[in-house]
Amino acid sequence: MANAEVETEVITTADGVPLKQALKKALWERKKTALLLVAPLFLFVMITFLIPIFDMLIRSVDNSIAGEQFPTVIEELGDWDLNSSEIPGEETFQALVKDFKAGAKAKTISRLGRRLNYEMSGMSGLFRKTARKIKKLEPPENATEAMIAIDKKWGKIETWRVIKRESGRYTSSYYLSSLDAEKKSDGSFGMKSEDRRVYMNLFWRTIRLSFTITFLTILLGYPIAYLLSTVKTKTSNMLIILVLLPFWTSLLVRTSSWIALLQKEGVINDILVGVGLLSDDNRLAMIHNETGTIVAMTHILLPFMVLPLFSVMKTIPPSWVRAARSMGATPFTAFVRVYLPNTVAGIGAGGILVFILAIGYYITPALVGGTTGTLISNFIAYHVSTSLNWGLAAALGTILLLLVLALYILYDKVVGINNMKLG
Amino acid sequence: MNKIFKQTLLAAVASTVVVAAQAETTMIIVSWGGAYTKSQQRAYHQPYMDANPGIIIVNDDSSSEGASKLRAQVEAGNVTWDLLDAEAPNAITLCDEGLVEEINFDEDLAPAPDGTSATEDFGKSLISDCFIPQIAYSTTLGYRSDIYDVAPTKMADVFDLKNFPGKRSLEKRPDPNLEWALIADGVDPKDVYKVLDTPEGVDRAFAKLDTIKDQVVWWTKGSQPMQLLADGEVAFGSAYNGRLFEAIEVNKQPIKMLWDGQALQLDGWVVPKGAPNKAEVMKYLRFATDTQRLADQAKYISYGPLRASSAPMVGKHADLGIDMAPHMPTAPENMAGAIFYDFEWWADNKDDLAERFESWLAKN
Amino acid sequence: MALPIHATLFERIWHYCFLTICVAIFAFLIFPILIILPLSFNAQPFFSFTSEMLHLQPDAFTTKWYHEFFTSLNWQGAVKNSFIIAFFSTIISTFLGTLAALGLSRPDFPFKTTIMGLLISPMVVPLIISAAGMFFFYSRIGLQGTHIGVILAHAALATPFVVITVTATLTGFDHSLTRAAASLGSSPTNTFFKVTVPLIIPGVISGGLFAFITSFDEVVVVLFVGSYNQRTIPWQMFSGIREQISPTIMAVATILIMISVALLVFLELMRRRTERLRGITPH
Repeated sequence: MANAEVETEVITTADGVPLKQALKKALWERKKTALLLVAPLFLFVMITFLIPIFDMLIRSVDNSIAGEQFPTVIEELGDWDLNSSEIPGEETFQALVKDFKAGAKAKTISRLGRRLNYEMSGMSGLFRKTARKIKKLEPPENATEAMIAIDKKWGKIETWRVIKRESGRYTSSYYLSSLDAEKKSDGSFGMKSEDRRVYMNLFWRTIRLSFTITFLTILLGYPIAYLLSTVKTKTSNMLIILVLLPFWTSLLVRTSSWIALLQKEGVINDILVGVGLLSDDNRLAMIHNETGTIVAMTHILLPFMVLPLFSVMKTIPPSWVRAARSMGATPFTAFVRVYLPNTVAGIGAGGILVFILAIGYYITPALVGGTTGTLISNFIAYHVSTSLNWGLAAALGTILLLLVLALYILYDKVVGINNMKLG
Repeated sequence: MNKIFKQTLLAAVASTVVVAAQAETTMIIVSWGGAYTKSQQRAYHQPYMDANPGIIIVNDDSSSEGASKLRAQVEAGNVTWDLLDAEAPNAITLCDEGLVEEINFDEDLAPAPDGTSATEDFGKSLISDCFIPQIAYSTTLGYRSDIYDVAPTKMADVFDLKNFPGKRSLEKRPDPNLEWALIADGVDPKDVYKVLDTPEGVDRAFAKLDTIKDQVVWWTKGSQPMQLLADGEVAFGSAYNGRLFEAIEVNKQPIKMLWDGQALQLDGWVVPKGAPNKAEVMKYLRFATDTQRLADQAKYISYGPLRASSAPMVGKHADLGIDMAPHMPTAPENMAGAIFYDFEWWADNKDDLAERFESWLAKN
Repeated sequence: MALPIHATLFERIWHYCFLTICVAIFAFLIFPILIILPLSFNAQPFFSFTSEMLHLQPDAFTTKWYHEFFTSLNWQGAVKNSFIIAFFSTIISTFLGTLAALGLSRPDFPFKTTIMGLLISPMVVPLIISAAGMFFFYSRIGLQGTHIGVILAHAALATPFVVITVTATLTGFDHSLTRAAASLGSSPTNTFFKVTVPLIIPGVISGGLFAFITSFDEVVVVLFVGSYNQRTIPWQMFSGIREQISPTIMAVATILIMISVALLVFLELMRRRTERLRGITPH
């Protein structure tokens, strides 16, 4: 039989176009519209938010200031070996005079001094002093002698090692500082001296306090969420206002009320003394320390725990617990073995959310934390606006960001980004 | 819905246009806040605004972070401040970094009434090419008069927790705390900066501060220590002498002050480079730093004018009628035990020690 | 949560203990907010109650802090800035966010999780990092210390809220309504404006409100990206709290609490309207 093979007929649409093709095209059109709708916001967030974050990442390793201020010196230092025990030669010192004169005239050289001071104390003072005196210096015959006469530190090998080490376009010193480490003068890595170690302790304090706060919010939030989910809807709508009002109140308002409450001469101490539980000169110090931070932040973050818990608890049918009771379980067993496991998702969601928020907090610790209740974000702010060590601020910020991203991925696995609801 | 939207949009646009259309010049003058800013308002700003309608002077009280904020503004390329009230070491550093204008004193500032040039009139207080001196002030100690049975008599008492227990408040920066720590530890005031210039000296100062660290509440703005003393949150603490004067004499708080160990400092104006209203600012400066004006501010707060010609004009307090001369930090009876601030040394070492201080603060 | 008849004595005791605990926790939530109201009338410039106030003596109370708030140049500027910045950033974020939510809720959106994650990132990234990053970058491009800079920054921070709220509204959206409109001859644009928009309006308005509040209450980014000329109400409050100068802060706080209460009421009314429109009634 001829033509036993039957070709599968290609299905076409009314215009004769193959259906597969037409379907693909239609789907693509729809995807295009969808993408076009999202594009404006995507571009907007890209420019106003994502690129700035990226810029910050770059600043955490940027060391272009060395090349800008000391171009000739760095060129001359190219041949000099870090591990040599002799200071660089006369050409380098001539280059030093040249760059300093240019930098002092432009009044920009002290910035390099400040930057190098992060590596070794005294550099800032050295650069300032040299800049002031270099103006009067005639181009010297023996630059080495002249510079060492201005300040002995120019004759020390450590000074030159620091300059050589930090002469590249990029540097790891900011990240090393954030981890309380440093590059020693012999090139090895080591921890900083005891009295300069700050950040590991700060990171640990931030994590520790955030855990405490998360734990407290779970402890306080669980009963309320349970109550809200088990009363009549009408009552819960009324009661939830007591949770939503703090949620909607300005952060600063809530923090200032805690200042009023926790001060030594504040409301709580006044009540305790008035009732007789405390003597007047033994008032509790509940503010400007860790306690202040913990109490205020627990209060502020509690709604973030209650709302997710509430929405999870609402989905648990009450008949489950009744069924467990009917089969002989005590109320305690029914709770622990039937109810509690079903709320774990809510605890996880609320807990991670509260933790993420807590480790990034700035305002509340700044106002009520004193010096022992401040968190890593306060130090990032300090380096951005006061010490102006932007490299270090960026490095600390990047580490914090990575921490939060890791937690966020965890949150996504537990809850799912698409399921985030806001009350 | 569309109509309401359109109307709201129009109103919003209109209001922004109105804001932009105001033709007056606004100058932002940055100072230290509290009683000090008030004295400047009464002695300089208000008379100037009265004589020059169309000029509005706005006060921004950020001088305590003045140097870093100005640096940040310049690096950000957007200088919004017109004039900054800065203390001497900050003025020196800002001048070195090219962030503030150099001043031609005899041209830009008024001569004394008897014809003496500004340079001669200000004399030794011209510690930098960019710094226009205003006042001499000191950071000194105050204490609650109703808490201690035996009152403190010397600066070293603030380190004495046994005889003078209770919380104290100190300024949240290395100076003058490091100097005080060394002197309380036995260093001769004449040698303080020599000792502080060595790493061992700095360690010694921090070790002494460690002995009182957990009893200290740190302040950043000039009015904070007065609030802390008034509230009873602290019993003893450092403050600017003019603020102590305000609290004791004007507000009649139960506070007393010590002159022993007062750290004498200079304070004045610097003009940010790239300030929006430079021409107007120079006009204002000529007025605000003349002999009469500097003498006038002494009517409101106990800071010493730095012009030689203003000193004899210091009279009585404008509201209280009391003699101001004995309350000046430079009055002879207050000068025993005073520490003379080394501006150059602090200009060179400020950044380094500030970072060390922050690290020290952050340790538990 | 009525006590079942078969509850034992132990269960009864526990029930009342539990209720007491809940009352205590609710008190913990609400008391700090309520305490501000009387403190704002304190005649003395303190942050706590004076004994005269506790004895309810009339001259211990005053409205002078409210007066100072309304007459101070600093606060007037702050109020003006707060509203201008919040207004414009709300417009921008609501517009862009609604568009994006409409796109995201289409059934075949590619890379939905990644893009959604990126769009929500401003909400997740700690505020200090956003503020620092924006400060560094906006300085480079000359936007630091300008109104536009702060408006853009706030809009970026607010869009996640709009996206989430509108997406949530759209998940409950019944697409058969649009198909019904199409089958009756309506063009896509007409369907959008006459059918989709009225139904998602409550979500858009909620999102817009979230955006407004985010900007109105925001302080960290304003401190870094703005300068003195862009000072907002939270900025002034933050500076004021640090100086602890006067209870004008408390007066401002009370006013802000009143605004929050009004907002809550408004949102509740919106929610009830949505439920009515969808035919669901609370039981």
